[in-house]
Amino acid sequence: MNQKELAAIRGTIRSNRRLDIIFAVAGFVALLIGVMAFVTLFAQMAYNGWERLNPDFFMNFPSRRAANAGILSAWVGSLLVMLVTAVSAVPLGVAAGVYLEEYAPKNLITDIIEINVSNLAGVPSIVYGLLALGVFVYAFGFGQSILSAGLTLGLLILPVVIVATREALRSIPIHIREGAYGVGATRWQVVRDHLVPYSTPGIMTGVIIGMSRAIGETAPIITIGALTFIAFLPPMPISTTAPFVSFDWLWSGFTVMPIQMFNWTSRPEEAFQQNAAAAGLILVFMTLMMNGVAIWLRYRLRKSISW
Amino acid sequence: MSASHTLSQGIESMEVTTVSDRLSRKLVRNIKERAIEAAMFAAASISVLTTLGIIWVLVSESYHFFEHVPIWIFLTDTMWTPLFSEPRYGILPLLMGTLTTSLVALGVAIPLGTIIAIFLSEFASPRVREVVKPFLELLGGVPTIVYGYFALTVVSPVLQYFFPSLPGFSMLAAGLVMGVAIVPYISSLSEDAMRAVPMSLREGAYAMGSTRFQTASRVVLPAAISGVLSAYILGISRAVGETMIVAVAAGMQPNFTMNPAEPAQTISAYIVQVAMGDLPHGSVGYQSIFAAGLSLMLMTLFFNILGHVIRRRYREAY
Repeated sequence: MNQKELAAIRGTIRSNRRLDIIFAVAGFVALLIGVMAFVTLFAQMAYNGWERLNPDFFMNFPSRRAANAGILSAWVGSLLVMLVTAVSAVPLGVAAGVYLEEYAPKNLITDIIEINVSNLAGVPSIVYGLLALGVFVYAFGFGQSILSAGLTLGLLILPVVIVATREALRSIPIHIREGAYGVGATRWQVVRDHLVPYSTPGIMTGVIIGMSRAIGETAPIITIGALTFIAFLPPMPISTTAPFVSFDWLWSGFTVMPIQMFNWTSRPEEAFQQNAAAAGLILVFMTLMMNGVAIWLRYRLRKSISW
Repeated sequence: MSASHTLSQGIESMEVTTVSDRLSRKLVRNIKERAIEAAMFAAASISVLTTLGIIWVLVSESYHFFEHVPIWIFLTDTMWTPLFSEPRYGILPLLMGTLTTSLVALGVAIPLGTIIAIFLSEFASPRVREVVKPFLELLGGVPTIVYGYFALTVVSPVLQYFFPSLPGFSMLAAGLVMGVAIVPYISSLSEDAMRAVPMSLREGAYAMGSTRFQTASRVVLPAAISGVLSAYILGISRAVGETMIVAVAAGMQPNFTMNPAEPAQTISAYIVQVAMGDLPHGSVGYQSIFAAGLSLMLMTLFFNILGHVIRRRYREAY
C-alpha cells in the first residue's frame, strides 16, 4: 500500500469521524430545541400568569372585567366531565381489553374489532366532536350537557385504555392462568381474581395518560356546543334532603378549563391574555402531574415485578 | 370474594348436595360465564359502533348538505363564505389552509423527530435516554390549546420581529408550533422502531469499522424504515386533524393561498368557528361542518390506509 492510498483512506476515516461528531451535535441541538420550546412556553406563561394565581382566581366566575374573572365554573366543569369520562371509559375499556386478550376467538369479527381499535386512535378528535353532536346531543337528546361531553371524551380515550389493558394482560405469564385453571377456576374467576388485579398498575398507567389527554381536549367539546361564558355551577350532586344523591348535574350546561382558556386567548385585551396564561399554567401543571404519575407508575412497575 | 373462599365453600357444600343439585349449579355457572363473555363482547363492540356512528353521522348530514350544494361545486369552487348572505361552499380554500399548515408542521417535525430518534437510539447513553424519553412524553401531553396560546403570544411576535411584514395571525406561526407539538409522536415511535432492530446488525456494521452515524444511516434506519414511515404517517394525520393551534394562531378567514406567511382557516378551525356560533340544527351551515368533517375524515383515512400499506410493503422480518 503506497503512501497516497494510505493518505486517502485516512482522509475518508477523518471525514467520516467528523460527520459522526457533526451528527451527534445536531442530535443534541434538536433535543435542545425541544427543551427550549418547552421551557420558553412554561416561562412565558408563568411570567404572564403568575400574579393572577390567587385564591380569588379559583373562586370567581368568568367576568367581563379581566381582573375579576376566575375559573370556578371551568374547573368544576372539568372535574365533573372527567368523572363521567372515567366512569364510562374505564369499565368499557378494561372489559374490551380483557375480551380481546383472553376471550376472543381467532375469527373475522375479532380481526375487525382489532383493526378498528387501532384506526380509531388515528381519528382526529374534532371528528369525535361531530359524532357526539349528531348522536349524543341530537339523536339521544342529551343536549349540550356534562353527560354529552363526558361520554365524548370517554369514547376518545377508549382506545388508550384498551391498548394499555391488553399490554398489561400480555405481560402476565401464562403459568398464572394455568395454575388458576388447574385448581378448577372458571374463566371469569381467573380474570377477576388474578388477571385484573395483577394488571391494575399497567391499566392505571393507561387510564391516567388517557385522562390527561382528555382534560386538555378542547375541539370536541367546543363542537358539541359547550358555552364559553358560564356564571353558574351545576346542581350539587349531594343534598341534605332525601334522596341525598342527585344526578341533575349530568344535564347541566358547563364550561371546561381549555375552553375558558381558548375564550380568553381569543380576546385582544392584554389583561385577558394574563388570565389565559394563568389558566394555561394550571392546565399544564395538571397534565404534567398526571403524566408524571403515569411515568412513575410504569417505572415502579418495571422495577418491582418478579413473577 | 376470593378464590380460595369460593373453593372451600364449594367443597363444604359438595358433601351435602345431591348429584342433581350439582348439575344445576354447573348449569348456572355456565350461564353466568356466558353472560359475562357476552357483556365483554358488547364492550369490545363499542369501538366498532363508534366507527359506524362516525360514518353514519358524517355521511347522513353531508348527504343533506350535498342536496343543497352540488358536490362538484363543493370540490371546485375557490370561495368558502358560508356566513355571507350569498353563501358559497368551495372546500378548496380550507383544504389549502389545512395542507399548508400541515406542510410547515411536518417540515419542522420530520427532521427534528428523526434526528432526535436516531440520537436517542444510537448515540445517547442509557442514562440520557432514561431522562429524555419521559420528558418528550410530557411534551406530547401538553394540551394543544396551550400550544395555540404559545403560537399567538410568543412565536408570532418573534417572527414579526424578524419579518416585520408578517401579520399577527399566520399559517407559519401556527405550523411551526404544530411541528413542535408533533415532534414527540414522531421521535418516540421512530425510536421504538430503531430499537427493535436486532443488535447483531449493528455489531456487524461496527465490526466493519463503521462510525455510529454510518451504522445509524445505512444499517439501522433502512432496517427500521417501515416503523419510521408509519411514525411519519401518524404525524401527518395529527397535523391534518389538529384544531386548536390553528384556530387560535392561523386566523379565521378562509384564504385561497398556499403562502404560509398569510392568515388562513383550516377545515378543523372552520368546524370550531361554526360550533362556537349558534347555527340552528338542520340549516345548511350546520350541515356544512359535517361535510367539512367528512373531508377531514377521508383525508386521515387515506393516510391511515397508506400507513398500513407501507408497513406491509417495507416490513423487514428478522
